[in-house]
Amino acid sequence: MIFISLLVAGMLGAAIVACILKDLLTAVIASCVVSLIAAILFFFLQAPDVAMAEASIGAALVTAVFVIAIIRTNRYEE
Amino acid sequence: MRKIFSLIILGILAFGIWYSLKNIPFATHKTKVGKYYVYKGIKETGATNIVTSVVVNYRGFDTLGEVTVLFIAAIGLGAILATRKKKKRKEIEKPSLILYTGCYLLFPLILLFGAYIFIHGHLTPGGGFQGGAIIASAFLLRYLGCPERKINRKASDATESLGGLIFVLLGLLGLIVGGYFLLNFLPKGVPNLLFSAGIIPIIYIAIGFKVGSELAGVIDNLIEESK
Repeated sequence: MIFISLLVAGMLGAAIVACILKDLLTAVIASCVVSLIAAILFFFLQAPDVAMAEASIGAALVTAVFVIAIIRTNRYEE
Repeated sequence: MRKIFSLIILGILAFGIWYSLKNIPFATHKTKVGKYYVYKGIKETGATNIVTSVVVNYRGFDTLGEVTVLFIAAIGLGAILATRKKKKRKEIEKPSLILYTGCYLLFPLILLFGAYIFIHGHLTPGGGFQGGAIIASAFLLRYLGCPERKINRKASDATESLGGLIFVLLGLLGLIVGGYFLLNFLPKGVPNLLFSAGIIPIIYIAIGFKVGSELAGVIDNLIEESK
């Protein structure tokens, strides 16, 4: 239970960091952390199918798409 | 003033979500349809993984819609990126030795893992979408690690079309044999064996190939344009 509470706290923290930061690359990595912790939480909620989809799509592919978009545009938000 | 206003709206929204969810107990049988799937799913479809039996068998038509949505999204991305003018490609920086070797060693293993996930979709957690996404992430690693090797776009497009075609044709065969679209007309077999659950593994293998080649094509489009 303590472990899950810590995970939820970390997820909230990463989500807030992703919203606040002006450095978009760090924000994308923070949103990747949100997806990763969400995948772990789905696993604890006995939904391994969803956890797998969240880990591979949310944490890997979406992050890659965002990073490619940042390469094409600016790294810092004005 | 604006921030206070948005905070108040967020608070009202959070209260509404909490109020509507507080009486729903998780992990209990509240709805009849969930109970039905849990207790009758294995006998009716032969798939040990109940999620798969719902996704491919009971709600197979919705899955066809999902696959179509992904297909349209990939086509739209390709169409938008194809209208851009092709720039002169910059010289590719050579990856480091560690990344190169890691890519070479891990690429076949990740492909194998993705194939395992979608072939065993009716027995263990996972399925076509998850396995396809894992295969696409293998191709992403390849684009990062060994940029001089590209996927064959014609072959990946053919695989994608073939996957969708197999799905629709199996559905139509069910319509011919039994009168329902996506009817499970093959023998169910013994649950827990690899060759069981009728058309479910075939459909999931088709979806796995389709999703994998589709997402790999999306990555190919994006990376080729960003150089």
